[in-house]
Amino acid sequence: MADKVVTKAIRKAFPTRGGELPVLDDIDLSVADGEFVAVVGPSGCGKTTLLNIIAGFERPDRGDVYVDGVPVSGPSPKRIVISQQGSVFPWLTVRRNLTFGLNGRPRDELRRLADQYAGLVGLQGFENAYPFELSGGMLKRVEVARALVVKPEILYMDEPFAALDALTRFRMRLELLRILSHERHTALLVTHDVEEAVQLADRIVVLTARPARVKTIIDVPFPYPRRLSSADVIELKESILRELGVEALTSAAEFPPGPASAAAR
Amino acid sequence: MPVWQVLAALGELASQGLLIPHVVASLARVAGGYLLAAALAIPLGITMGWFPGAFRALNPVIQLLRPISPIAWIPLAILWFGVGDLSPVFLIFLSSVFPMVVNTTTGVHTIERHFIRAAQNFGVSGFKLFRLVIFPAALPHIIVGMRISLGVAWLVLVAAEMIALHSGLGFLIMDSRNAGNRYDLVVAGMVLIGMIGLLLDGRVRRLERLNQLRWRYGR
Repeated sequence: MADKVVTKAIRKAFPTRGGELPVLDDIDLSVADGEFVAVVGPSGCGKTTLLNIIAGFERPDRGDVYVDGVPVSGPSPKRIVISQQGSVFPWLTVRRNLTFGLNGRPRDELRRLADQYAGLVGLQGFENAYPFELSGGMLKRVEVARALVVKPEILYMDEPFAALDALTRFRMRLELLRILSHERHTALLVTHDVEEAVQLADRIVVLTARPARVKTIIDVPFPYPRRLSSADVIELKESILRELGVEALTSAAEFPPGPASAAAR
Repeated sequence: MPVWQVLAALGELASQGLLIPHVVASLARVAGGYLLAAALAIPLGITMGWFPGAFRALNPVIQLLRPISPIAWIPLAILWFGVGDLSPVFLIFLSSVFPMVVNTTTGVHTIERHFIRAAQNFGVSGFKLFRLVIFPAALPHIIVGMRISLGVAWLVLVAAEMIALHSGLGFLIMDSRNAGNRYDLVVAGMVLIGMIGLLLDGRVRRLERLNQLRWRYGR
């Protein structure tokens, strides 16, 4: 498959009072056409900065981002970002949010498209609601639908479900997989949630702590839908956690003696 | 001053057919100055909020003029506009323009960046960006400015109508004092100003319950 998104030696530092704070250090990565790549890294390692650079909102100090071989100079409706804090416009109804990015089409077509995508994400009946009337999970559905309705070639996701409760987050991942199986997009997800990466991605890029470098790239060979409780998936998850420097406590010797172990004896 | 005297004074004004004309004259002057101020202040505030160059150039001028009391402008108002309807309108304009400019600017400054980025991501720019994102995002602040300005405009009414001829609640108060110490009429005028202020604020506050604005004001 052809490379859709390529970054070449991206560097970024932020000026601080004590000098430059390097955030990204020579990040090379690529996402193939139709591929789902997840970038995982410790909190504060520069994942969001990396995504903002790839999406064209920020400029790298050095290096370039290419989409279809063309350098990226700014954001484009062909590449839509879904962010953690959510950017559904609270002053517009669900329907007006969904048609926000659609230009120059007749009114009834806008309405039909909005209602179709509202249905796709399970929001039928809420087309005329205002965001303050919706739950966090529903808002996220609006944002996903608003991104999909403009038929982007690439979806960029920055910890998209991090602000949701655990159950809703899990449900949204399954929904995302279902939707992506209908409309295959190229997708790049940045997250600190290893489980999310393992559940969704074809390939996982592991970053180091700041300044972020690519530590390793791991293929995820399991077919969808993935059972998070299967041994293979758990093993992969633990190996990624080890890459991130989080060792699972596996041997009894590592546990300090506590009430539980005392009771067992 | 017993309440019945004030009520009697209000009744006297009503029976002479003066109550409504005074109220209408004052409302018309406030509406004129206030709407002119809004027509200038809101576009100006949005421009200053969005373009840093406009802010740097205009903010010192605004902050220089803002602390000058509208009362201090009375001599110049008379010089420029004479004694009549235009001078009070000018003074009310001056008093209400600054809160609206400052609040509108703040409203644009405090728009969260992810909204702007989302709009740019969908290729929305230029006038459409102002209409669909910047103006509605700043609107809660704009309405706060409009509320403050309405209060201030109504506040300077009495002073402004000191240079009005024959009509208005401010004129009524000054005239009742000058033409025979009719303090019952003075207080009646004060009561009318307070009541109308309360009604006007209630009207503006109803805006806060619009669905397009509820996100900012809570439920």
